[in-house]
Amino acid sequence: MKRVQYLLWFAHEHVSFRLHEIESIASVLKIPIKWLEPPTDKPWYLVELPSEEDVQKLSARSVTMRRAIQLWADEPTVPRLHASLKEKCLNGLLEPYKLKSFKVDVDLFCNSQTQEEKLERIESFSYMPFQGHVDLKNPDVTFQFIEYYGLDPKIIPENPIRTFFGRVVSESGRPLIHELSLKKRKFIGNTSMDPQLSLLMANLGKVSNGDLVLDPFVGSGSLLVAAAKFGGHVIGTDIDFLMLHGRTRPTRKQTRHIARKDESIEANMIQYSCLDKYIDVIVADSALPFWRSDVEFDCILADPPYGIREPTERIGSKESLPILKKEGSPVHFPSKVEYGLNEIIKDLMWFSSKHLKLHGRLLFWVPIFRQDYNDDQMARHSCFKLIGNCEQVLTTFTARRLLIYEKIKIPQDTDECSSAIPSASTFREKYFTHGDEYRLTRKQKKAEAAKNKEIWFAKLNNVNVK
Amino acid sequence: MKLFTHNMLSSKVVNGVKVGYPLRIVAKDIKISESEFDKEFVKRIISKINWKVFVNAAKQIGYGKDLSEELINNYENNEEYLKKVHHLLMEVEVMNGELICPETHRVFPISDGVPNLLNED
Repeated sequence: MKRVQYLLWFAHEHVSFRLHEIESIASVLKIPIKWLEPPTDKPWYLVELPSEEDVQKLSARSVTMRRAIQLWADEPTVPRLHASLKEKCLNGLLEPYKLKSFKVDVDLFCNSQTQEEKLERIESFSYMPFQGHVDLKNPDVTFQFIEYYGLDPKIIPENPIRTFFGRVVSESGRPLIHELSLKKRKFIGNTSMDPQLSLLMANLGKVSNGDLVLDPFVGSGSLLVAAAKFGGHVIGTDIDFLMLHGRTRPTRKQTRHIARKDESIEANMIQYSCLDKYIDVIVADSALPFWRSDVEFDCILADPPYGIREPTERIGSKESLPILKKEGSPVHFPSKVEYGLNEIIKDLMWFSSKHLKLHGRLLFWVPIFRQDYNDDQMARHSCFKLIGNCEQVLTTFTARRLLIYEKIKIPQDTDECSSAIPSASTFREKYFTHGDEYRLTRKQKKAEAAKNKEIWFAKLNNVNVK
Repeated sequence: MKLFTHNMLSSKVVNGVKVGYPLRIVAKDIKISESEFDKEFVKRIISKINWKVFVNAAKQIGYGKDLSEELINNYENNEEYLKKVHHLLMEVEVMNGELICPETHRVFPISDGVPNLLNED
């Protein structure tokens, strides 16, 4: 029997996260992947998987994939694709699906089509012996036709470089991205992580059923929601008392004037029906030990404060400043000290070396200034192996990187940890000054251009007058 | 705050505290919530908790009187027992109250179900 080939068809975003995601999910679900083509940045992976059920399980969790397709034809040109399909149909390829209702989807990668062209493309498959009726909403079988025009949108060839046709085996977990949309989420903060990246983190962290997952900078709990959706039982801690009690200044612009009410991480868990997976949130300073000494988490996910939209502070006494104490206030305000990004990260790694299970994963984001970036600056710890380092570009000059670590050994006294990421205050400074400079030069250029235009017009007028 | 969480917390943030465990609980307000029984998870967390501390904590807040002092043998297959443990660990929540350091007697408040472990000097 011929072995079944599957085409995993991806959305073209977060490309550098793609391979890590698929490998992590396959590892969690214990599905062996046989690569029929080495993975590249092209929007597909060509693989062999043990069964259709495995394909479905794998794609159901992926948020970078769009759908998984059982490959029927893979040819360099459209005529050859049709020739190949015709022959296969004669050999009875379509037999099991002949009488079912169906639809054909067409995807052009790096090119576009009008509705008419799309219909034309669908019609071109009319030689296939379909007997069932077309059903666009709820078909029994969906077929996918793909034309690939390369990765560079500046050079689009006239004809596709590669074409695929196949039967859709399963859709991906991408609908979850919309389900968890921040727009409709009950409780969000200024730095809530977008759902796709949160779900990606849960996948990359290999969260699975029954796991105990910690977010030590929990904020409004975006990462917990994603981890809970994939079966993790979640705990979060944060230094911000008002945040965990849903009493910070409202985040949504439209409702800025209305104080938050009934907003909390727990309310989000209820909204997404994963309250069963919610354990607790705790107001605490992640830099200090407050866990029982032998507590062990299965996964630690974090988005540490960068100092752009939230302060990087922790509790501490500044000698020069008196401790803030409001007379008559029932709440005590401890003073805070600046807490640099490298210190945060080193503390997080030391903590994880003790409190993460062996082979468990630690993930966190760091902000970087793209032109200064260097792989060697990223944190290292002798208990951890860096599995992945994926960039999400934010602006022309800034980005953040998701670092994925796996704990490879039990901690010892001789362990070492280093981190030389240009510090958060530098980042903050640069983030604002560079942006200003950038805007300033742009403004100057604009002004210059306007001036030149004036001169040019003046000259033109002079010529006309003469 | 669930009893599972209590089982994992210490007061080591307080200066000079050596163990800071277990924290004593004073419950002023308790809520019983409903959480789906997940057998595998309960089995996993039983292996993660300090059993004696759990039994004592339950008793401090007036629950778990019929809970065995020692974890019984063969609990993995005793569904009734696992359900009872699940109820106490995941469904009994201290909404308002205090956690008290066993060494310094420093008080950490619990409000709206959220314990506050900031070491407020």
